[in-house]
Amino acid sequence: MRGIISHASYLPHRRLDRGTIAAVAGLGGGKGTRTVASYDEDTTTLGVEAARLALAATDCRPRAVWFSTVAPAYLDKTNATALHAALRLPGDVLAADFGGAIRSGVAALHAALAGGGPTLVVTADIRTGLPGSADEAAGGDAAAALLIGDEVDGAVIAEVLGTAAATDEFLDRWRTPGDSRSKLWEEKFGESRYVPLGQQAAAAALAVAGLDAAQVDRLVVTGAHERAVRAVARSIGVPADRVVDDLTTSIGNPGAAQPGLLLSATLEDAAPGQVVLLLSLADGADALVLRTTDAITALVPRRPLADQLASGAPVSYGKFLAWRGMLTPEPPRRPEPARPSASAANRNEDWKFAFVGSRDRATGAVHLPPARVSMDGGAVDDMEPFPMADVRGRIATFTVDKLVYSPSPPVVFAVVDFAGGGRAPIELTDVDPSELAVGDEVEMTFRRLFTSDGIHNYFWKARPVRSGTTTTSTQPSSSGPATKEDV
Amino acid sequence: MASHGIKDRVAIVGMGCTAFAEHWDKGLDDLMLEASNAAFAEAGTTKQEVDAYWLGTAQSGMSGIPLARALQLEGKPVTRVENYCATGSEALRQASYAVASGAYDVAMAVGVEKVKDSGYQGLNAFPIPNDGTARTLTAAGSFSMVAPAYAAKYGVDPGELRRVLARIASKNHANGAHNPRAQFRREMSVEQICAMPAVAGDLSVFDCAGVADGAAAAIVVRAEDAHRFTDRPLYVKALSFVAGNGSGLVDPGYDYTWFPEIAACAADAYAQAGIDDPAARLAMAEVHDCFTPTELVLMEDLGFSARGTAWKDIEAGRFDLDGELPVNPDGGLKSFGHPVGASGLRMMFEAWLQLRGEAPDDRRISSISGDRNLALTHNLGGYPGEMVSFVSILGATPDA
Repeated sequence: MRGIISHASYLPHRRLDRGTIAAVAGLGGGKGTRTVASYDEDTTTLGVEAARLALAATDCRPRAVWFSTVAPAYLDKTNATALHAALRLPGDVLAADFGGAIRSGVAALHAALAGGGPTLVVTADIRTGLPGSADEAAGGDAAAALLIGDEVDGAVIAEVLGTAAATDEFLDRWRTPGDSRSKLWEEKFGESRYVPLGQQAAAAALAVAGLDAAQVDRLVVTGAHERAVRAVARSIGVPADRVVDDLTTSIGNPGAAQPGLLLSATLEDAAPGQVVLLLSLADGADALVLRTTDAITALVPRRPLADQLASGAPVSYGKFLAWRGMLTPEPPRRPEPARPSASAANRNEDWKFAFVGSRDRATGAVHLPPARVSMDGGAVDDMEPFPMADVRGRIATFTVDKLVYSPSPPVVFAVVDFAGGGRAPIELTDVDPSELAVGDEVEMTFRRLFTSDGIHNYFWKARPVRSGTTTTSTQPSSSGPATKEDV
Repeated sequence: MASHGIKDRVAIVGMGCTAFAEHWDKGLDDLMLEASNAAFAEAGTTKQEVDAYWLGTAQSGMSGIPLARALQLEGKPVTRVENYCATGSEALRQASYAVASGAYDVAMAVGVEKVKDSGYQGLNAFPIPNDGTARTLTAAGSFSMVAPAYAAKYGVDPGELRRVLARIASKNHANGAHNPRAQFRREMSVEQICAMPAVAGDLSVFDCAGVADGAAAAIVVRAEDAHRFTDRPLYVKALSFVAGNGSGLVDPGYDYTWFPEIAACAADAYAQAGIDDPAARLAMAEVHDCFTPTELVLMEDLGFSARGTAWKDIEAGRFDLDGELPVNPDGGLKSFGHPVGASGLRMMFEAWLQLRGEAPDDRRISSISGDRNLALTHNLGGYPGEMVSFVSILGATPDA
């Protein structure tokens, strides 16, 4: 039985009210909100956050990581290797990118289901368009992670009963590499292709599963072509009340991450024995039929999507445009940071990408960054690696620095004391300084500090622990270093 | 194994100090030449008579060559030293040890910084290749975390502490206003300073040191040779240095209300000088007031005030120019300005003027009397949790 062992989605903290767009852009916008990745997030960091949540909920560890996005942080260089490093996976775990097209997200899921061994499929996207465009308002930023495997790998919470694909070559939306916007053909043409393709794929997958449309409890239809999505959902025989909310009024459409996001959202609410049909419309149609198992009740979402939706904070349209590079505000009059050293970063990979410190075996003193000589007693090379990414801390003191360089000033900076030992002076993110207080609880999040010479400087920041987040342990295990199982 | 010091074995016999300013029309060579020539003149000596040179500059030049080239020193040992913002003090320390050891008869320390050619405000460190995980915070941001921690620990109302910090800046501005070498010569009231917008934590730019170009120089010889150069030498009682191990950044036990490196450095300096009660023996102190909370905490780390009480002593005017123990009578980093490599020697230059009675009447300290006849200079570099500290003690007379 192959299927989904764990899953999670991640929404960035910021929300853009679509009603604020037209006043600036002169057109566009609409109702509701869309999610907005912060200036220090890219598709890789979004993917890391979703993957951390998915792996935190299970003991199963992937043997492969497949990362899909339309907006990769790097070309030539694999982005999945940064996820691999942040997740502290062993070196013999394959990490590879599926990229470029929206369809690559669901394609990675197809491939993971067809393959063997536990496979982590991470999809993330940051969607944008020209100011005032439909894509700008309709898009959303999000990531989803689905851990695929067989029963021997871990408890399968949703078994895959059948899959099918329908492929066709036609132009509905396209973008040449380097362009910041997509272009669209007249939408009725795309609808005329997508509707039969969707019907065909859905029917084929249901046939493999030995089910008919009336037996589908939850229908998830995804795709960037809104008219086609609605038309397909109406036309394949599943009652309208079983069609899952696509969350576009609050999140927007997160491109390659939309199938994973909506599948994860559906599974968070699903009861055992429910049939879910996922139908994705992108350059054809892809259909997956799943049935939830009894094990689904034992999988506790670490951060339910509903909680993430409830805990966001607004971002102004001007800041959104600046973060997207569509508006260039006066930069801080400070020297720009130097590019990080590739060799130094590689030597310190566990610290930089996974926030692993060291702990003195004798005294328990935690060192961030890891040290060879203990500050407590001076023992040399008697340290063990001490992962801290999943350990919470409290603000010992903090400040707001309006002088220092930042891609989005000011910098909010805190001295964080971690539960169970360890201190790090570290930047805060997703925070309004007026709501901060000494003693506030924070958690670590993987971010892109800045980009210099085209090198993305990834490291960790801290963010306030917000209500609506499920509890993770605040203490590493007393007998040894914290592991992901401890969270 | 012990820190013995070189009490009364070395004397400063000549000093020079440029005005600290935005010297758009002076380069590094001009600044070094001006300070050095003043020191040569004071000591009645020449560059040929000086056997060895130490050049302190944080990032205006590398190696000893910038000084050797500017002064056209031929065949002389010139060593460039750098120790963060304590660079100038470090140059004097090395020169002093060199003559104390007998390796040289006459040595010179020159501290200089040309910071205003960068095109940016403030100080900007040149980048050393790294893994990109170093903290992103200015010195102002880092030191701004001291004030709220201090207020919380000692139960001082934050509004009251804000006024205390402003009083420190106001005092140093008042002192600098009378000093023709100071960068800022305008008096600032507590109310004016409190009204400034915050740039880092609760600190405004008026809580921060001035950023200036400048140079200062000192010539040192063995004490027994001092009177061959001047009738009024300044004797080195103590030179102490501590480089922190950075544990405050990683140890949750550190609370940002004091600087352990400085407390250790001060204790060593007092031991070297044979002083039990510094608050009674010191007639003045030049301290590293890079930010106003720094000066507050230094009063306690240096043993002038008991823990948690410096804010009261500041309010009471104890450290004012006419107070019991004047602190930063020359205006301090706050108004004199802070050319990194020169600042430590600039502090000693003020001790040179005050203890030898050369400070003009309108800014002369009145605290010297009896056993209260020593000067302390304190110079730090780095950040709370990770700093270097230097303390010197100087006196106009050798102990009997």
